[in-house]
Amino acid sequence: MSFELQASLRDRNFDMAVSLADGETVAILGPNGAGKSTLLSVIAGLLRPNAGSARIGDKELFTLDDRTHFWTPPHLRGTALLAQEALLFPHLNALNNVAFGPRSAGASKAASRESAQRWLTEVDALDLADRKPAQLSGGQAQRVAVARALAAEPELLLLDEPMAALDIHAAPLLRRVLKRVLKNRKAIIVTHDILDAYMLADRVIVAEGGRITEEGPTRQVLERPRSHFAAGLAGLNLVAGATTSEGITTPDGRVFAGQHDPHWTPVPGQAGVAAFPPSSVSVFLGDVHGSPRNSFPVTITDLEPYGDQIRVRASSGPPAQALSADITPAASADLGLVPGMEVRFVVKSALVSVYPA
Amino acid sequence: MRITRKPFATVLVVGALAVSLGACASGTTRPSTGSASPGSSTSGEITVFAAASLKTTFTQLAKDFEVQHPGTKVTLSFAGSSDLVTQITQGAPADVFASADTKNMSKLADQGLVDGTATNFATNVLEIAVPPANPASISSFADLAKSGVKVVTCASQVPCGAATEAAEKAAGTMLKPVSEESSVTDVLGKVTSGEADAGLVYVTDVKAAGDKVKGIPFPESEKAVNTYPIATVGTSKNKELAAAFIANVTSEAGKKVLRDAGFGTP
Amino acid sequence: MIKRSGYYGIPRWIYVIAAVGGLLMVLPLVAMLLRVNWPQFIPLITSDSSIAALGLSLRTSAASTVLCIVLGVPLALVLARGEFPGQRLLRSFVLLPLVLPPVVGGLALLYTFGRQGLLGKSLELAGIQIAFSTAAVVLAQTFVALPFLVVSLEGALRSAGSRYEAVAATLGARPTTVLRRVTLPLVLPGLASGAVLSFARSLGEFGATLTFAGSLEGITRTLPLEIYLQRETDADAAVALSLVLVVVAVAVVGLSYGRRRSSAPAEVQP
Repeated sequence: MSFELQASLRDRNFDMAVSLADGETVAILGPNGAGKSTLLSVIAGLLRPNAGSARIGDKELFTLDDRTHFWTPPHLRGTALLAQEALLFPHLNALNNVAFGPRSAGASKAASRESAQRWLTEVDALDLADRKPAQLSGGQAQRVAVARALAAEPELLLLDEPMAALDIHAAPLLRRVLKRVLKNRKAIIVTHDILDAYMLADRVIVAEGGRITEEGPTRQVLERPRSHFAAGLAGLNLVAGATTSEGITTPDGRVFAGQHDPHWTPVPGQAGVAAFPPSSVSVFLGDVHGSPRNSFPVTITDLEPYGDQIRVRASSGPPAQALSADITPAASADLGLVPGMEVRFVVKSALVSVYPA
Repeated sequence: MRITRKPFATVLVVGALAVSLGACASGTTRPSTGSASPGSSTSGEITVFAAASLKTTFTQLAKDFEVQHPGTKVTLSFAGSSDLVTQITQGAPADVFASADTKNMSKLADQGLVDGTATNFATNVLEIAVPPANPASISSFADLAKSGVKVVTCASQVPCGAATEAAEKAAGTMLKPVSEESSVTDVLGKVTSGEADAGLVYVTDVKAAGDKVKGIPFPESEKAVNTYPIATVGTSKNKELAAAFIANVTSEAGKKVLRDAGFGTP
Repeated sequence: MIKRSGYYGIPRWIYVIAAVGGLLMVLPLVAMLLRVNWPQFIPLITSDSSIAALGLSLRTSAASTVLCIVLGVPLALVLARGEFPGQRLLRSFVLLPLVLPPVVGGLALLYTFGRQGLLGKSLELAGIQIAFSTAAVVLAQTFVALPFLVVSLEGALRSAGSRYEAVAATLGARPTTVLRRVTLPLVLPGLASGAVLSFARSLGEFGATLTFAGSLEGITRTLPLEIYLQRETDADAAVALSLVLVVVAVAVVGLSYGRRRSSAPAEVQP
């Protein structure tokens, strides 16, 4: 009962292919406008792509090409959608909201209520059964919405940033609930939050500009990012270039020495990336001539507090590339850093990971 | 301007009723005039309130009057007789009132708003109006009572309805109308549109409708003659000119205009 | 609910003009009240013809309100949610009776359902006669009242949006189930106020009825027609009946307004 989809929408510049193994939860990461929500709408049947096809196991969701126009309406797909807002039906209490799916599937009133109570228990919300949506907090409403989606017994659960609208205190509880209920369940979760990906997903897909730019097991993507978006999420600087025996060389000739992945024998010239945390970068003043290893001039674009450190954002180039360094506030004050200043970043090669792109 | 007790409220009520009822049959005609010659005994302006059925004839008579009396101006206002009585009672500036029945003239006289006595100047009788093809083959008053014939009459509250009742009594035939309208216009409308097989209206209405309807006279109508009285309104500011206009209506020339339109002579 | 206090942002002179506007609405009603012949009021409004007219008005208005709901709900749904060529044109036509003089509507109905009309001829052959019947009154009232229901419901549908319906569909609800269990309950306040407006408009309908249906006691002579006729001979009766019509209309509108206020959905907490 695997899920496969390939779809394209011309006017949204969207073209993605996604597949899920049985029982697998995939997180879709990506900046705003990457097409993440579009993907969910297409799967749920709320948006019709120009071309493509999708199936869950033997069930065809749609096939749209020059010859075939097959389209299964949303209610026959078994793809329940949980959005940022709970969207509980305001005229029904929590229990009847959850019973909505079973009722629509033709279950008796009693059976639907029983099923609703079970799912409310599952999300720790049985005590909210009699409340109207207006009487629920955001986190409570979202948990009821999770129960409602699950009560419909979907073959594929779609979650569109379910934690985004919650306050900071409500999110952890919902995350724990989701971790429990998503276990061994086919689900796609769109998120901005790296924690969601770590906790909930077996696999991560990074989407940018309507295309998939990277995908793989969650740990691998977040520890060995190949896309700038994933590197940003993982809090890593990422530089791309050609692999050499010591590290990589960028197209403009800068050399990043680092540690090659074990069990990897690079072919010289092969495309590779170097990733290093901002904490491995030191900042120096003064005019340092030439371009020694792991040392290069940058222009400071921004300074901001980051935990107990100061994150120095800078651009180097050409071509312009954003890099960050984390230094102590004392060091920042000593150096008198301000945006627009030209300084030099030096990276400790022991903390640079080099792996194929 | 004369200040009356509750002018503002009255205007609002009349206005509100007119708007809510939507279909008040009234019209004002202002014929073009020559220049006024002040000082002359028959000069100035008068306003004539006349029953709606007099629209064609009185428009003609007013025009003739203005030609014969240079420097005068006659403003006409047509509506149902009872509407006109209400308006005059509420202080509308009328100089002459021509009613379609004696009842409404009496009503005005009872309020002390008639100057002298009213003069009967025309009569009108009912006639059966049928669509040109006469689909129900009506030829007599008795035919109207045949089953399946859709007859439309005036409601008994309005003059033409009262006349219809009189005709029914005279003929010994009781009608079962499918609709009892509140004006002759509405009865005629039902006949011209073909909704009704026949309608009872005045002979002048049949004549005015041209070939859109066919008129069928019936002898019993003689028992239900409607008399049109005309009088100077008591509050008139130009009673002389008003009297001159009434004289013009009752003159031989005036009678001819009325006769041509189908009116009878009292 | 946010309790308003302090700054309202309304210049004082606005109140003066608003008061004039309010007076224009209220004063005529007061003036009418002053003209009511109170000692004779009960006999006047309980005469056979008055009772017949009031009963007929209430019956036909109820029937046309039902007809407005049956026809207007699908129309509003199609206009608010559907996408098809000629949609804007359809909306304009549906709204037309709002601005059309009722007499014109009556004439149009006459040429459609009348004996010589577009559909009337076929209906007559089928043995159905609409002219001069109570059905004609209901038809005329529905014609003028339908836009009120459609406008009110379409607005409610648009402001409700279709996100709840999308969620319901992904939960496995068929379109008919979504309509019955989600869409209609969500727009119920809009539907109710639309129905009330339709009822009130039907109750006051005059021109189209007079032109299209005729006027016969107990069959087609509704309260407004009775008032129009009584005015010819008995102004007291006309005023008394007008007052009855005003009271019924105020009761209907007030009832729905009050209910809508009390059942206004509470603010959804974030």
